[in-house]
Amino acid sequence: MSDDKNLPVVKDDGEHHGAVEVAEPIPDPGLEPHEPRITDIDPKAADRVERQVSAMFGLATLLVLGACVAYFAIGRDSILQFGPLSGNANNMVMGLCIGLALFLIGAGAIQWAKKLMVDEEISEDRHAAHSSPEQIAEITEAFKQGTAESGFGRRKMIRNSLIGALGVLGLPAIIFLRDLGPLPGRSLYNTIWAKGIRVVNDVTDRPIKPSDLIVGQLVNAAPANLAPLQEENPTEYQNAKAKAAVIVVRIKPSEIRTKPGRENWGIDGILCYSKICTHVGCPISLYEQTTHHVLCPCHQSTFDLSDSAKVVFGPAARPLPQLPLALDSEGYLVAQSGFTEPVGPSFWERG
Amino acid sequence: MSNTQEFPPPVKWVDDRLGIAKIGKKNLRKVFPDHWSFMLGEIALYSFIILILTGTFLTFWFKPSMAEVQYNGSYSLLKGLHMSEAYASTLDITFDVRGGLLVRQIHHWAAVLFIAAMMVHLLRMFFTGAFRKPRELNWLIGFGMLFLGIIEGFIGYGLPDDLLSGTGLRITNGMIQASPIVGTYMNFFIFGGEFPGDEFVSRFFIVHVLLIPGIILGLVTAHLFLVVYHKHTQYAGPGRTQKNVVGYPLFPVYTAKAGGFFFVVFGITALMGALMQINPVWLYGPYNPAEVTAGSQPDWYMGWLEGAVRIFPGFESHFWGITLGWNLLIPALIIPPAFVTLVALYPFIEGWISGDKREHHLLDRPRDVPTRTGVGVGFITFYALLWIGGGNDLIATHFGVSLNHVTWFLRFAVILGPILAFWVARRWAISLQRADYARLTHGLETGVIVRSPEGKYTEKHQPISTYEAYSLTARDRVVPHEIGPETDDNGVRAPRRALNKARAALSRFYFADAVQKPTAQELEEAHEHAHDADEIHELTEDTETYREVTSDRS
Repeated sequence: MSDDKNLPVVKDDGEHHGAVEVAEPIPDPGLEPHEPRITDIDPKAADRVERQVSAMFGLATLLVLGACVAYFAIGRDSILQFGPLSGNANNMVMGLCIGLALFLIGAGAIQWAKKLMVDEEISEDRHAAHSSPEQIAEITEAFKQGTAESGFGRRKMIRNSLIGALGVLGLPAIIFLRDLGPLPGRSLYNTIWAKGIRVVNDVTDRPIKPSDLIVGQLVNAAPANLAPLQEENPTEYQNAKAKAAVIVVRIKPSEIRTKPGRENWGIDGILCYSKICTHVGCPISLYEQTTHHVLCPCHQSTFDLSDSAKVVFGPAARPLPQLPLALDSEGYLVAQSGFTEPVGPSFWERG
Repeated sequence: MSNTQEFPPPVKWVDDRLGIAKIGKKNLRKVFPDHWSFMLGEIALYSFIILILTGTFLTFWFKPSMAEVQYNGSYSLLKGLHMSEAYASTLDITFDVRGGLLVRQIHHWAAVLFIAAMMVHLLRMFFTGAFRKPRELNWLIGFGMLFLGIIEGFIGYGLPDDLLSGTGLRITNGMIQASPIVGTYMNFFIFGGEFPGDEFVSRFFIVHVLLIPGIILGLVTAHLFLVVYHKHTQYAGPGRTQKNVVGYPLFPVYTAKAGGFFFVVFGITALMGALMQINPVWLYGPYNPAEVTAGSQPDWYMGWLEGAVRIFPGFESHFWGITLGWNLLIPALIIPPAFVTLVALYPFIEGWISGDKREHHLLDRPRDVPTRTGVGVGFITFYALLWIGGGNDLIATHFGVSLNHVTWFLRFAVILGPILAFWVARRWAISLQRADYARLTHGLETGVIVRSPEGKYTEKHQPISTYEAYSLTARDRVVPHEIGPETDDNGVRAPRRALNKARAALSRFYFADAVQKPTAQELEEAHEHAHDADEIHELTEDTETYREVTSDRS
């Protein structure tokens, strides 16, 4: 099929298909006659507009100066109050002055253009975007000459070796970026939780005893070895926290459905789960006591803490990893071990 | 006029070095057509300039560092807290640098406006067919700017290292991590190790203030150059043809109007910065990977992506020791790129379907290409529903409905809604075309009811002006292209038959139902008929509303 055939067919009263251009049903009457504006006819009106425009520009000048005065005159912390609304006075006065000044400069210029400048529309011819045949011939000739003079087409060895050299230039551009970061290795599989690490309240850093928790209570917690990291290495602290945050919850033991193999992971209905959502890693924080559901505020994945934190709604696909708990010699909650699976969002090599 | 006219001395100095008369000759009085919808791109351009100006101001105080410091500035509620230097310096800009909060708010408002203006500008291009030959490349350039603008906005939003933006980055990190094979590696390279690490603010900063703005600046230049080279499109009308451009000259009218409009846009963003709070990072607190706020929302342009991720059900596959999280792969890594690719390639898709190889400088009215309009409305609906999905929790809490119901509703609505919207918009456009047809052939309904001596009630119609009639008919007669015979005269099967069949089917789908403008003959007949009936149409006896009767056009 040639391209011509694919062109939309110009219809001739719906009878013949072909390239016959139908006369437009209505011939082009040409540009509408220019309607004079009031400012074109009445010099008084034109003068009025001139006064308007210069008033806008004049007011703008005053406002700009006002903004400069406000910068020095209004204290950093003074407050403006309008009923229930309030705002920083320095910020607002400067912004109002500058904003209005800019607006008036713009409005004045537009008013000037619309009311006083000649408003008769003019027409300009268009030209096709493509080059003329002469230009095409000329450039083709010049290009051919250049190619011939360089011998680029004939001397294939030069050409190919150049392409090769330029091609490998891409390699360092990629390789040199290697040190952007370490390789993931096993770091996503581990947290700083380990056997015997105490579970501490994440605000007070106090270790938790079972008796501290009443049924229905949920506590945000962290491993006891997290807080000391903050002084040592703030970055490590943040990274460790991003994986190790947990929630400790106490549920009536009769309401808990324990997964086989996890029978000794809780202490009298006290269970500990990763706080990091298995969807994209937001910290989960909304707990509904009556249903034992926690909801992730980012994408609303909902997990049932009484049923091994399985997903009951939302985009998450996996339950929250559970941390096996035990009691140490002083009766505080400790981890039996680290997490048995990687916490947080899924990744390819996770398995 | 003498040939020896010379520039006055200072201009001459410049001209001697730059030859400005040669450059200016063509462009000083360059004609631009006038229409409100042509201002949308201007808003985008001006907000970009505002972003550069205000952004430069902010860099004087912002410290792109994640080193931990103790805050000792004047905001008492956070005093003594540990935080990154980035967050602390953002607080300093807000509370201790005079005008800092104002400029920061103008910067954020301008960013929001920048992306919104580009998007609405893109929709204007789409619905009026401005992307057709020869402007397909400019469509791509514009699309590239929109794409980069969104990334730029999101990265800038992440720089203050506050709790809200940190949560956004945590989510982004989780999405990247879901990519097959390279996910964890990409994350470790982007963030310099595990999340959050201490690298991303300084890295994002240089991307935000140099790399992306530099590329956008280059694209803006190319975009504007092409607008000048192609000359602006115009709506069809009397005296406005494919071969000319009618409007006002750049100097002085557009110098004043467009230049003034820059000040108007700047003024309005400054007023917004003064009066409307945006991104109050001091209320969110420094980033803490173990905390999050309920009702967390990204900036508006990320909402659709957020919504896609929220409403997708939790599917994940585990096999051969690997994990594929479809709950992120599909809504975050497949659908959005597919959607934007479709948008980017649309001019080429429509060009292939229509087979149209001509240049187009006259804009379509959306009703005149009903299928394209329907497709556009379908796309908008899809986007909007995902966007609503990004706020499903807020909808649930504000309207007191179940979050689960909202989510389930959206899961179906994102598929059915666009189809329904497509169909409604397309039929609507066709009805508007019919109304135009009737206006041309029968004239204007005057609402004047006349009783004839025999007792008949009729409504008077008035013919429309030649100018209006011409405007309504100044458009192409587009008919679907034919597939041609199965075999040629020698019995040889035409090549690529299946592809061409599909193309012809699409072409029919696009153009077959559109109402064509009347031919000269049809118009004449209609007018004669109107004349016979004294421009009056009969009323049926049992009808009570006169208006309805007049819509009965045959």
